[in-house]
Amino acid sequence: MPVRRLAPQNVQPKEFAFTAENLAWAKQQMAKYPEGRQQSAVIPLLWRAQEQAGGWVPQKAIEAVAEILDMAKIRVLEIATFYTMFQLSPVGRKAHIQLCGTTPCMLRGAEEIRKVCERRINHEAGQLSADGDFSWEEVECLGACVNAPMVQILKDTYEDLTPASFETLLDGFAKGTPPKPGSQVERQMAAPVGGPTTLKSMKA
Amino acid sequence: MTKIIVDGTEIDVPPEYTLLQACEAAGAEIPRFCFHERLSIAGNCRMCLIEVQGMPKPQASCAMGVRDLPPNKDGTPKILHTRTPMVRKAREGVMEFLLINHPLDCPICDQGGECDLQDQAMAYGVDSSRYAENKRAVEEKYIGPLVKTIMTRCIHCTRCVRFAAEVAGVPELGAIGRGEDMEITTYLEQAMSSELQGNVVDLCPVGALTSKPYAFSARPWELNKTESIDMMDALGSAIRVDTRGREVMRILPRVNEDVNEEWISDKTRHVVDGLRAQRLDQPYLREHGRLRPATWNEAFGAIASKLKLTRPERIGAISGDLAAVEEMFALKDLVTRLGSKNLDVRQDGSVLDPALGRATYLFNATLAGVEKTDALLIVGSNPRKEAAVLNARIRKRWRAGKFPIGVIGEKADLTYPYEYLGAGPETLAEVAAGKHGFAKTLQQAERPLVLIGAGALARADGAGVASLAAKAAVALGAVKDGWNGFSVLQTAASRVGALDLGFVPGQGGLAAAAMGKAGALDVIFLLGADEVDVAPGAFVVYIGTHGDAGAHRADVILPGAAYTEKSGITVNTEGRVQISSRAGFPPGDAREDWAILRALSDVLGHKLPYDTLGALRKALFAAYPHLQRIDQIAAGDPADIKKLAGLGGAPDKAPFHSAIEDFYLTNPIARASATMAECSALAEDRTSMTAAE
Repeated sequence: MPVRRLAPQNVQPKEFAFTAENLAWAKQQMAKYPEGRQQSAVIPLLWRAQEQAGGWVPQKAIEAVAEILDMAKIRVLEIATFYTMFQLSPVGRKAHIQLCGTTPCMLRGAEEIRKVCERRINHEAGQLSADGDFSWEEVECLGACVNAPMVQILKDTYEDLTPASFETLLDGFAKGTPPKPGSQVERQMAAPVGGPTTLKSMKA
Repeated sequence: MTKIIVDGTEIDVPPEYTLLQACEAAGAEIPRFCFHERLSIAGNCRMCLIEVQGMPKPQASCAMGVRDLPPNKDGTPKILHTRTPMVRKAREGVMEFLLINHPLDCPICDQGGECDLQDQAMAYGVDSSRYAENKRAVEEKYIGPLVKTIMTRCIHCTRCVRFAAEVAGVPELGAIGRGEDMEITTYLEQAMSSELQGNVVDLCPVGALTSKPYAFSARPWELNKTESIDMMDALGSAIRVDTRGREVMRILPRVNEDVNEEWISDKTRHVVDGLRAQRLDQPYLREHGRLRPATWNEAFGAIASKLKLTRPERIGAISGDLAAVEEMFALKDLVTRLGSKNLDVRQDGSVLDPALGRATYLFNATLAGVEKTDALLIVGSNPRKEAAVLNARIRKRWRAGKFPIGVIGEKADLTYPYEYLGAGPETLAEVAAGKHGFAKTLQQAERPLVLIGAGALARADGAGVASLAAKAAVALGAVKDGWNGFSVLQTAASRVGALDLGFVPGQGGLAAAAMGKAGALDVIFLLGADEVDVAPGAFVVYIGTHGDAGAHRADVILPGAAYTEKSGITVNTEGRVQISSRAGFPPGDAREDWAILRALSDVLGHKLPYDTLGALRKALFAAYPHLQRIDQIAAGDPADIKKLAGLGGAPDKAPFHSAIEDFYLTNPIARASATMAECSALAEDRTSMTAAE
């Protein structure tokens, strides 16, 4: 993992302010905690800021969160740099691919998927594709080992990938018609491929 | 109390002790990096591992309390081991991990020779490394003009982060990233703004944070260490002056629980280069409007011939903020012998008068007493600027909880929250009359503290303000049996000592401001007094150390010794008598101030009856016996405060201002320091930036 730093000034937006809707939501989160302990809401707020800012946390968003929660800026920066789920530089406009590279996925072909990412998006993880639509990174286990290999895009996971199905998936995102989340082969949830192999007499 | 057995010694310790404290109480030595008595417990360096019988793994002794030990089934005391092979192996393992990423650059590291890691590696380190990979390297960080960073050396003890957040109250330092990539920095590498930031250098157990102005200038073993007393503010912090040859290389804090605990302000620490710059190293004489170098005899002769033509009541003397008691005593003696009553130490125009009683100008609650108070009213003071170390103590008290603070005066960032009551004497009158909501809070408190800033008393209506503040203190229950919470926070180190001596105008004498007016006097002695304007006309004799305002105005300059170059008695704002030691000699022809006055008195034909500092002190102690009780406080009489309250007066409506505008440039030594100038410029930038926002 490279050292985590804020994105350079030339890509940082000039300002950041929560939308009215998000601000109301933030106040709601803060109200969950006792008086004087509002800082506990820092992670949900940063997460919402990341969603609003297009999948990454700009410097001004960190400052805005610090302002709302009455925290020192360095305290929010500590959190934003600690958790890798906060992206500190811009991600693909259409999709940011989080590729699982942990053992089960690796054994089931994650490295092939990774090669596709390197070829089609950018040779380096964390960098934007030439058109700015895509970016990718390798992450640790996302908990879908049964259906390995898998990637996570936004809040959805796409499982049972092959290089071919992954390319189709990328094409789908590029055209704005992403495939159905979940397994990309004939499989119901995490059940065996092709249907149940035990307890066949049980009716659903 | 709980019984435990440490290395075979049975000992009774309070249950709230940590295992580390318990082991130390039993005489065992526990190595540590992250643990510090005055900071919260982090427990992340793992160097303090010990063995607890019944626990399979070694325990971090700093992070476990005696009361958290699971009791033995048969009720026997728990057994701790600090010297077993298991403990040793565990600590060696920790040390090996710490050294994996620590560079082997001790020969070029400023911490070398006084480094905790170096010392403990001698005990627990191995002489070779099993680590063959690349070492971590961390980018340098800019965190201000006083603290130099070499972050590759950092072992992530987070002492500096905890200090900034807890003691200094300016949470600017933080640890970004995680794991191996964790780095200590400020937000986007802005300069730290705390007045206590220099202390992180002392706290850092390795060479990651070192003193920037002192970088690469000396090794600890080539320095002479002199224990002394600071003069930069009126607290009289305990310091250690490190000199090489005749040059002061650095100033470090000493522990004095009653005054500064173990912190000092940045001005105290980094004024060092001011002791070298702009020094007066020989007498000067003004001829045809220009100052020219002169000999002592020429200078004395010029003064003598001028005085011969001057009537006694046209002579005056003003003492500055850095003068020690001895020279003020000698100057008072000399001026009195010359027949004048025009004496004053209150350059700022303060109204404090020894005639009103000692309690009216002391910080009666005492500095350590701040921790015993349960409510605080600050009047016309910004303790963060006027006494940064005291401010840290107020903050410490606030952190302990249940401590309402009210402020009348400037709305400033004091590092702790407070209730803002108002700006001027009107609000103070309201509080004194019990009409303000906060008055009730103070009345309900058992030991309320009323802190009066020097700024509130140094105004035309100061007498009325002083009386009103005393009235408030009495009405709010701050002055009662066993507790005197009426506390004046002085800003000048010399002030309390001078007031004790009665260095104020005698019957019919002129005060400082009046002496400076055109045509008031013919000859004025300035004893390091640079903050008072003397109008053209008078013949000014300046006895001082630096080419500052006083020297520019002077007709004769007599070069004196700075506070590190003489042994002198000072009395701090709480009335504590302290004695400083000489760490070096004054430059060139400069002499100790009392000796200058003694020599001058001979030429003037009014020879002072003491030839040595010892003899001077004997005379001083005979006249003012309380000054010989070093490190003790002769308490003021609370009745004086009631008398002061009765005086009355008519304060006007002008809002209070702090006596100090620029923390970094309060005295001639600080004004000569390039480091202080840089800090001051940075602070000004910060202020204008906040104003722009």
